[in-house]
Amino acid sequence: MKKLLMLLCFTLSGFAVLAQNSGTTEMADDMRKSGMIYVVIATISIIFIGLAIYLFAMDRRLKKIEKEK
Amino acid sequence: MELKIIYKSWWKILATVLILYTLIAGFLLPVPRLAILHETIRNLYFHVPMWFGMLTVLVISVFFSILFLRTGKEEYDLASVECVNTGLIFYAMGLVTGMVWARFTWGQFWSGDPKQNSAAIAFLLYCAYLVLRNSIDEEQKRAKISAIYNIFAFPIMVVLLFVLPRMTDSLHPGNGGNPAFGRYDLDNNMRMVFYPAMAGWSIFAVWIATVRYRIRLIEHKRNNIDL
Repeated sequence: MKKLLMLLCFTLSGFAVLAQNSGTTEMADDMRKSGMIYVVIATISIIFIGLAIYLFAMDRRLKKIEKEK
Repeated sequence: MELKIIYKSWWKILATVLILYTLIAGFLLPVPRLAILHETIRNLYFHVPMWFGMLTVLVISVFFSILFLRTGKEEYDLASVECVNTGLIFYAMGLVTGMVWARFTWGQFWSGDPKQNSAAIAFLLYCAYLVLRNSIDEEQKRAKISAIYNIFAFPIMVVLLFVLPRMTDSLHPGNGGNPAFGRYDLDNNMRMVFYPAMAGWSIFAVWIATVRYRIRLIEHKRNNIDL
């Protein structure tokens, strides 16, 4: 009985911790609200598009060399 | 076996679009609010696909090693090597991104966690592959020995990375009673980014490997003419 009670206590305290988490866990809400996250997305998108175009260009150059053979 | 598909563009465009989508959606879509992790949970979209990309090219590498042993064609050996080379780039990316993520969630860059230690050992296993290759001058012998090594290294790497850490306590999700990003952490919003990221980066890794292979092929032909 004592064990069961303990188990119940711990389970409930677990719920309490979970409930607390959902309210206080810090996320980048303000950043998203203010709209500044778009700047970061724009930056990494530009970087990735740039690298992808670069890879496409290398691919094309390679194709040219392969045709010469 | 002619591999015409490596010269096609559609799947390269597909990979680029998939990754671009995950870069945008990965930051904008909501994620579960979890303590300790906070926004770093978004690393899942970028850290895990590195490992999946590595796994994809290493599987292809084993496939070509087997093909080489069956046919003895040198092109298959070259394809296998370039797949391992590409796999190691993604391996390093996965390891370094994991270390950065660990610094802010586990407390240290390297905490001697079983997953981290296994990953380091498996990395050396593949470095040994490259050293072994470069230490043999005779071409056919080199290709044969490295193909056999590669076929054995792959299952050992899989065991080190995905089996052994799961059998002990580890900080890494998915190990020792520590649930992986599954039912609890990975909600449907995250799946919409996570799966395209896995697919996109895997295809991207294959693309890089094919470019490396094509360069290697030209170098190989030029060397043979010189001889």
